[in-house]
Amino acid sequence: MHKNSEVLLKIRNAQTYFPVQKGLLKRTVGHVRAVDKVSLNVYWGETLGLVGESGCGKTTLGKSILQLVPVTGGEFIYNFDGEEKDLRKLSKEEMMQARKRLQIVFQDPYSSLNPSFTIFGSLQDPLKKFGVKSKEERKRIIGDLLEAVNLHRDYMYRYPHEFSGGQRQRIGIARALSLQPELVICDEAVSALDVSIQAQVLNLLLELKEKHQLTYIFISHDLSVVEYMSDRIAVMYLGKIVELAQAEDLFANALHPYTQALLSAIPVAEVGRKRKRIVLEGNVPSPVNPPPGCAFHPRCPYAMEVCKSRVPELKTYVLDGKEHQVACHLAADKVGAPAKSRQAEVDSNATN
Amino acid sequence: MDRLKMLEKEGLLKSRQGSRAVGKFLQNKLAVLGLMVFAVILLASVFAPLITKYDPAMIDLRSRLSPPSWQHLFGTDKLGRDVFARVLYGGRISILVGFGGALGAALVGVSLGTYAGYKGGWLDRILLRVSEIFMAFPQIILVLLLVSILGQSLWNLLVIFTITGWGSVYRMTRSQMLSIREEEYVQALKAFGLSDALIAYKHMLPNALGPIMVNLTLSTAMFILEETALSFLGLGVPLHIPTWGNILNAAQDLTILQEAWWIWVPVGIVISAFVLSINFIGDGLRDAVDPTQQG
Repeated sequence: MHKNSEVLLKIRNAQTYFPVQKGLLKRTVGHVRAVDKVSLNVYWGETLGLVGESGCGKTTLGKSILQLVPVTGGEFIYNFDGEEKDLRKLSKEEMMQARKRLQIVFQDPYSSLNPSFTIFGSLQDPLKKFGVKSKEERKRIIGDLLEAVNLHRDYMYRYPHEFSGGQRQRIGIARALSLQPELVICDEAVSALDVSIQAQVLNLLLELKEKHQLTYIFISHDLSVVEYMSDRIAVMYLGKIVELAQAEDLFANALHPYTQALLSAIPVAEVGRKRKRIVLEGNVPSPVNPPPGCAFHPRCPYAMEVCKSRVPELKTYVLDGKEHQVACHLAADKVGAPAKSRQAEVDSNATN
Repeated sequence: MDRLKMLEKEGLLKSRQGSRAVGKFLQNKLAVLGLMVFAVILLASVFAPLITKYDPAMIDLRSRLSPPSWQHLFGTDKLGRDVFARVLYGGRISILVGFGGALGAALVGVSLGTYAGYKGGWLDRILLRVSEIFMAFPQIILVLLLVSILGQSLWNLLVIFTITGWGSVYRMTRSQMLSIREEEYVQALKAFGLSDALIAYKHMLPNALGPIMVNLTLSTAMFILEETALSFLGLGVPLHIPTWGNILNAAQDLTILQEAWWIWVPVGIVISAFVLSINFIGDGLRDAVDPTQQG
């Protein structure tokens, strides 16, 4: 039905800044740049992994796509069955309809279900709003959803506290699927679960993706999980995308020093295997007042003069015939000149 | 497991939420005791004419200040009125004032606080300042103002309690909502594009109700006591209407305090028992409506 090369969501220069207010009059003295000029494409039917350490803006980017947080700037161009529209410019009515297509699975299975309602009570209002008028019909749909996530359909009459963490997370997934969305953002969807339950939930997500032709944006700080799930992986640092490539390319040839450090930190289950751990010095700089030039330069083992003054752009390189985007001044030295600038690609997309 | 399944099947036949909360409430012994005391006092007040043959306003100067006897269970006061009848009839007004005031304040405070706490922004900031002004305003002056404009009446008292009481309920509801709105299920509802009112009042408010319920009961007790104070000053319920506050006022007279204990001790006990029973009920309700607490 849709080709994999078709773009579902184009994000251009997305900015989400949170004001920092001080004093009696709540004067704005600065901004937390949670998401700072992020541009990327999400293709139909793919799973885009989004990794980075805590506080780098992964979750905020996810919520910005759903317009759950006030977005400061940029475009979120969504492909509505061939018709491209900016989510930020939709009317209230259009946005309401768009919400059917975009859903989210949350991180914390304990706060993501309303403790005062049964599962049926929690899940029925969205269905009611989108036109399922009869109660019997809603019961049937919710029962089917629960069965789709391998739970008994009678569980809809139970309260959230009667479930385990893994079961709750599956209910969270069922809820996200209730309106048959196209794009599902999994925000640390398995981080709070035991490893054995993680595997169950991950496989469930893959299965549902196959069945319902979903597109995932899979946000996680766990690289092994992201590798297992994703077709492409974007690495974020301090509100910016620093590297984006096919999953296997990223793991084989990480170009950005930050990605290299992240990858070297993945534990390997192999006796006697020696690996070079790259240990990063210092802490993540404050997103209120990011360092000039490349945000990573204070911690980068290869930092040069140019890194301190010029912000590196996300440029596309071609490695072994595959596209690999990275924002690093040093990348060109390793793999040669960029194939085309990121800007050129954006422009060509805009004119298409 | 089979038992659970069976219960669930049975649960399908009746309202599960209701039966669950009631069951949990009934398991709380103090709450049940409170409910019993509360019910006895409330019913005795409501059906006062069936319990006592005396008219609370009937003056009988031949039997002034007579101690308790079979004829007058709680004795009589300075004017020879039957104290038992006055306590029963007085309960009607006192309970009405206490509950009316608390309900009025809660209705205004909760409905404003729920929405403003969820939405935040300028609406919340303005209401927060307004509530501070009302809470800082001396109640007595407000009472004097209203009494001099509208005259002394029961309704004035209710209006005043609502005006002065909604602020604290508002602030409490608001702070509850502030923490609840960060919960992920609220974000999920937002992601479905449900309306603000539906999210705030239907999905979030039930989780904020526990502390509000306790506050409601505590303020009922507080308003009953406030009615006493205002009645004493001649600003509350007009003196010819018996209320618990008006009866207690007789104890301001030193000779009555020392020699006619039956005028103030029984009504004092009734007030204490009633206030205490409301508090027990409040605690029981709080636990019963909170599904995360196991009965």
